[in-house]
Amino acid sequence: MNAHASLIFKLVALAALACVPLSGESFYVELISKMLVMAIFAMSLDLLVGFTGLVSFGHAAYFGIAAYAAALLSPKYDAGNLWLLLPGAVGLSALAAFVIGLFVLRTKGIYFIMVTLAFAQMAYFVFHDTPVGGGSDGIYLNVKPSAAIGGWEPFDLGNGTHQYYFILALMVLVYLFLARVLQSPFGRVLVGIKSNEHRMQSMGYLTYRYKLGAFTLAGALGGVAGFLYAVLFGFVTPELLSWHESGNVLLMVILGGMGNLVGAVVGAFAFEGMRGVFESWTEHWQLLMGGVIVALVLFLPGGLSSLPARIRRALQGGEAK
Amino acid sequence: MDFATFLIQTLNALQYGLLLFLVASGLTLVFGIMGIINLAHGSFYMIGAYLAFVLTSATGSLVLAIVLGIPLALLFGAFLEWLLFSHLYKRDHLEQVLLTYGLILVFEELRSLLVDNDVHGVSIPAFLDASIRLTEVMTYPVYRVVVSVVCIVLAVALYFVIQRTRLGMMIRAGNDDRTMVEALGININMIYRVVFALGVALAALAGMLAAPMSSVFPNMGSQVLIISFVIVVIGGIGSVWGALVAALIVGFADTFGKVLLPEISGMIVYLVMAVVLLWRPEGILKKG
Repeated sequence: MNAHASLIFKLVALAALACVPLSGESFYVELISKMLVMAIFAMSLDLLVGFTGLVSFGHAAYFGIAAYAAALLSPKYDAGNLWLLLPGAVGLSALAAFVIGLFVLRTKGIYFIMVTLAFAQMAYFVFHDTPVGGGSDGIYLNVKPSAAIGGWEPFDLGNGTHQYYFILALMVLVYLFLARVLQSPFGRVLVGIKSNEHRMQSMGYLTYRYKLGAFTLAGALGGVAGFLYAVLFGFVTPELLSWHESGNVLLMVILGGMGNLVGAVVGAFAFEGMRGVFESWTEHWQLLMGGVIVALVLFLPGGLSSLPARIRRALQGGEAK
Repeated sequence: MDFATFLIQTLNALQYGLLLFLVASGLTLVFGIMGIINLAHGSFYMIGAYLAFVLTSATGSLVLAIVLGIPLALLFGAFLEWLLFSHLYKRDHLEQVLLTYGLILVFEELRSLLVDNDVHGVSIPAFLDASIRLTEVMTYPVYRVVVSVVCIVLAVALYFVIQRTRLGMMIRAGNDDRTMVEALGININMIYRVVFALGVALAALAGMLAAPMSSVFPNMGSQVLIISFVIVVIGGIGSVWGALVAALIVGFADTFGKVLLPEISGMIVYLVMAVVLLWRPEGILKKG
């Protein structure tokens, strides 16, 4: 896709997303809200997997930590202040990612995959086995945070439409932010690390620091998604930190094609969409999901974003004959 | 903790660690030799346990179920390697993670379709259904001792096969340098198939042996999978002996953690892993 067509595609997609609440179907508004949250989550992981070459298999930890922070930092029977809760939750996720990153970034390859998983499992058991977050039962976020600044309330998260636009706006912001970061010298170094870390080191870059920066940033943005998830559903369980969630988000990134922010968004939508369709067909939807995943890896290694190029190549191949 | 409790917990830790070794040894071999991350390895444990349940119900004997189950597991492993895993050797780790993650979903759903989602008990063979008296009040089940002994015998057998046979020599060579082995005219694909089938059979056997102790239940594979990965990473990828040492460390850490520090018992194993990796980022014994 050339730059022009790509921009048009993005604007059309955005316009379509902005129209969703006009349908008035609250079911679809909530479903697409969830997809948008997952899109933020997938983009945050793509920064690590697709751009820096760090395959984290424990990204759900940062999602879950911010979700728990949203529930735990909110007053029990009253609305918390959104403008304090959101930075607070995201800050905690970033802090957790920073501390865990200090350790896990010492390892590489398969070891990195497994150690990120191990730390996520530790976080899972903190919430699962100890009473901080209500144990395995989870915890409710009783009242959605209030967006009031002084006496003025720009929007109300209790209203499904307002909430939808808030989530959409954050998704666009995260996208623009990451796109900007990737254009910056910092982002260029990350891409350099992915293609050849030794060369970056010999050019004098302290790659460990850059990786730690990326890991922390990805954790923080994963936290944005986790916070929104808690606000959207008002309920947080340890399962949000489980390795199944880490697997699912990795799947979204790969489904859409790694190293491509729009791909991550497409992957998140495709994943949640497939789940919705399969769930409506059968209670054994995971069988279909698993089958699709296996087929995808075997037959479409570049993910869904590689489809246009593949089709074009196939067509051109046809013409050449 | 008095001496009898200590003894019982030691025996439990030993038995748990040895059982985990059966699962982890296959995982580490597939990891080390074929370079494949197999998340579905835990499913083979689950499949073994359900095979034990179904076959025991059908034949009335766990021993018969195991005798029938092992060849089935071997065949199943060889079939899977041929159908799916043989396409994964040249792919990167991420795609392997994905495909095998998809397989977990498929296996779990098939389990739910073919059997059900309930917890089932499997009875211990009558001739093993006894206890050893340790003190006036404490006893220890014979079955657990037998399981430990079986695991030790298998570990020794595995050692013998890998160190002393021609097949083992080829496996070790494949672990070091695939291209060179192929250049020497050895059919590396056949070796991969054998190793994979062996790994599946070991994990399934562990599931069959564990079935009477833990009963069979949905998602039993995931638990074992994650712990086995921890073991493989602690032991050093590709090292069977590292896996044995690590499995025992994990067995003891988990068992005694539950007794001494019940509040954080879920985390202890992962803490051990984090500490080991900080001390030695490539495991205790890298490739042995």
